[in-house]
Amino acid sequence: MSTQGKVKGIIANLVIVEADGPVSQNEICYILTGETKLMAEVIKINGSNTYVQVFESTRGVKIGFEVEFAGHMLEVTLGPGILSKNYDGLQNDLDKMKGVFLKRGEYTHPLDIEKKWDFKVLAKVGDTVQAGDWLGEVDENSMPHKIMVPFKLKGSFKLKSLAAAGKYTIEETIAVIEDKEGNETKINMMQKWPVKVAITNYKEKPRPFKLLETGVRTIDTLNPIVEGGTGFIPGPFGAGKTVLQHAISKQAEADIVIIAACGERANEVVEIFTEFPELEDARTGRKLIERTTIIANTSNMPVAAREASVYTAMTLGEYYRAMGLRVLMLADSTSRWAQALREMSNRLEELPGPDAFPMDLPAIISNFYARAGYVYLNNGESGSITFLGTVSPAGGNLKEPVTESTKKAARCFYALAQGRADSKRYPAVDPIDSYSKYLEYPEFAEYINGVISEDWLEMVNTTKTILLRGKETYEQINILGDDGVPVEYHVNYWKSELIDFVILQQDAFDKIDQSTPIERQEYMLKSILDICHTEFSFDSFNEVNAHFKKMINTCRQMNYSEFKSEKFNKFENELKELVKEKQAA
Amino acid sequence: MENKAFQKIYTKISQITKATCSLKATGIGNEELAIVHGKLAQVVKLVGDNVTLQIFGGTEGIPTNAEVTFLGKAPSLKVSDDLAGRFFNAFGDPIDGGPALEGVEVEIGGPSVNPVRRKQPSELIATGIAGIDLNNTLVSGQKIPFFADPDQPYNQVMASVALRAKADKIILGGMGLTNDDYLYYKNVFDNAGALDRIISFVNTTDNPPVERLLVPDMALTAAEYFAVKKNESVLVLLTDMTLYADALSIVSNRMDQIPSKDSMPGSLYSDLAKIYEKAVQFPEGGSITIIAVTTLSGGDITHAIPDNTGYITEGQLFLRRDSDIGKVIVDPFRSLSRLKQLVIGKKTRADHPQVMNAAVRLFADAANAKTKLENGFDLTDYDQRSLQFAKDYSNKLLAIDVNIEVNEMLDTGWSLFSKHFKPEEVGIKQELVDQYWPK
Repeated sequence: MSTQGKVKGIIANLVIVEADGPVSQNEICYILTGETKLMAEVIKINGSNTYVQVFESTRGVKIGFEVEFAGHMLEVTLGPGILSKNYDGLQNDLDKMKGVFLKRGEYTHPLDIEKKWDFKVLAKVGDTVQAGDWLGEVDENSMPHKIMVPFKLKGSFKLKSLAAAGKYTIEETIAVIEDKEGNETKINMMQKWPVKVAITNYKEKPRPFKLLETGVRTIDTLNPIVEGGTGFIPGPFGAGKTVLQHAISKQAEADIVIIAACGERANEVVEIFTEFPELEDARTGRKLIERTTIIANTSNMPVAAREASVYTAMTLGEYYRAMGLRVLMLADSTSRWAQALREMSNRLEELPGPDAFPMDLPAIISNFYARAGYVYLNNGESGSITFLGTVSPAGGNLKEPVTESTKKAARCFYALAQGRADSKRYPAVDPIDSYSKYLEYPEFAEYINGVISEDWLEMVNTTKTILLRGKETYEQINILGDDGVPVEYHVNYWKSELIDFVILQQDAFDKIDQSTPIERQEYMLKSILDICHTEFSFDSFNEVNAHFKKMINTCRQMNYSEFKSEKFNKFENELKELVKEKQAA
Repeated sequence: MENKAFQKIYTKISQITKATCSLKATGIGNEELAIVHGKLAQVVKLVGDNVTLQIFGGTEGIPTNAEVTFLGKAPSLKVSDDLAGRFFNAFGDPIDGGPALEGVEVEIGGPSVNPVRRKQPSELIATGIAGIDLNNTLVSGQKIPFFADPDQPYNQVMASVALRAKADKIILGGMGLTNDDYLYYKNVFDNAGALDRIISFVNTTDNPPVERLLVPDMALTAAEYFAVKKNESVLVLLTDMTLYADALSIVSNRMDQIPSKDSMPGSLYSDLAKIYEKAVQFPEGGSITIIAVTTLSGGDITHAIPDNTGYITEGQLFLRRDSDIGKVIVDPFRSLSRLKQLVIGKKTRADHPQVMNAAVRLFADAANAKTKLENGFDLTDYDQRSLQFAKDYSNKLLAIDVNIEVNEMLDTGWSLFSKHFKPEEVGIKQELVDQYWPK
């Protein structure tokens, strides 16, 4: 018999329960209202008082209401059919819920229990297996979805029987395994896992090193993110966080995309729901939504579910990583998630830390980011979760606690600058403030030099130096006036502008320019650096200005043309002529 | 408020603060209503048999032996078509001398809309004010606040928006309105002959502050009735949300809760989101649009109230007195409508986005020219022209007393461009210039 309890106190969505048996931290319980069951999670235990946060409105809850403890933490259900779903933070299938308004206490099965999946065998009877090993696979929207030995099982087992290839529902037994004592466990295509615990049944988690192509030049070329890497995008209102995130989710070389909208404006969530099913996946020609799962908790949905939503998303990501897939997870915005943490900490009457956030905010954030990563599975295959979060700092202030804590946890920093957004230099990622720690990893250097070219990192460094020098020169020109500095200063400044306009800026709404493969990025960067290394001779700063504008325009036309097409070659020849025209003798 | 027969009456209050009182009682539901000494109250905390009630009317004069009865239900409103044209207080009781309300009793502050059942907003809401329609176009289902200092005429602007907007119903939620402002609204609605499509829930400064907490939920419950049951487009005006948030902090302070940022309760974000997210476009055609006022202190938007509001709402409108023309304008730089791209150039004329952007860009040039002038630098011919343009632009488009159709705003834009600039200086797509540049 599981632990029972009675409601002893209610303060908003914090309920105090007196339990008659053992309870554990983060255990799930249900408050029985007579009409429905309200789901809640244990967040503090003090003597016989168990503090639970209810995932829904507590209106009408009374002292003395019965409480049932579930004996487990908040869990997600894992199995085929997760892709293309719109879930709330507790993995309820929003499309299955009837009516326009959400009903309190309505929970839906996250998967389809009637659908029959076409099962293919991957293991054979007699094999020794352990948690996470692949027994078979089904086809989930053209993605090979592995059926695994449940993650919760400990030790090794003998595969006693395995279903023949054929059609099965997720509830039908497809395998029986036996432990050393001869105890049998039946396995179907579905398993459960607590969201706040990382799935770690992989062999090894090395430092990530493989470039994850996003097609966004300012990221791939200048500050690359890697498969299994972490990054975050802070930016003030209106700086283009959403457009950039959408571009990455559409173009990145990932197999699975998981989007967590935590505490987002509902109308922005609607935008994802409306647009994603229409978007085509450039690499497969299928719809993007087929390999995407959306976790949507709008800002008015209960705060506790908002806090849970990012964990739910991460657990789904870990599940697909264990199948040897490359998962890209995006969370928008982690600031709202942090606000949910702040709200609950306040309700628990904890002494507040900076800006009233809980004292352990940095620890919670870094722990969460640590769940991403590149792993080698037990069978030698690899999988990854690349995680990108956005942060919305109040008033664009990057010194606030959420931004600061995230900066310590994430390895890539893509700072969106108001100034760039105002002057329509998109994406508004500031090239000087932003960074990628992966550029310092020797394993990344080895990988990238092998994939692109020996001198790639050197070129990236040179590019950054030119940009920095350009910025310094710009400041000097501003103080001393156009004619107060030598002409070379203008040349240096315009060389950095050339890089900005041709490499960093990218038209997210142009069919060709929106996504640039890495070979093309390399080609363009080489061409631009060749120009930057050229000695020019100009008579006046006006001439510099006019001539570079011409070169920039030609390069942009190249960006808009099919790579190495006739049109592209024509502009390239024009560019060479323009360079020659002003080249120093 | 009357007591029903055979109702348990409690007469032993153990604790009284300025906004709450506590007593021992059993079988009480969270958020349930009660009557304490004839005043309406709501359960805000239950610990064992100790019940804490927030007294909407304030606790002045309540004795420890006051009669307390529990009503067994959360605050509710009787909804029906009869709401139209009426004025109510924060409890939904008429204050216009008219008959008592008949209708279906609905609990206020109901559940949220399933996000997958929402429709993407796409209908323009015209206000006649170019600073809004042209530059920061409103869309039905949107939620947007005016960020204004207390001395700015935001109530006048809201009243004009209410009267001009092509909405089926307009619902005013007044929180802490001065009696003068309340009478102003009443008078304006009356004179415009628009009373039959206006519903008002008003808490004035004469009323206790805690009563304000009911006003937004009352207004939005009425709004949901017309938007869901009647498929109408409903515009909800909430003024002033800063006073609502202040009332929240009063209650949480009286309950000895640890204050969060800027002395606000830790739940401020959720409390505000619950209200603002009621803005929605329903698939059957009805919609709720919320225009609110958040008063600022000296323009400070980093304070917890505007900061949290900015996180939740889809843009903001700033008012500013323009010293060049001596009128209040909608500031084109700091204002923002996040949903405008869903309608401009789609539901409005194709040149709308370009005309809007070009005008704001030229206005920015004028601002630079002004700085140059102030710093004693010479002005170029272009600088001079941009300054003249800015003056015309402020007068004919940005000022809040402008009242014209969107097409007329666009035509005005073109005529101002051609009066002060050459086509190549305006930077608009050639095909639009060919079509619209005045010959």
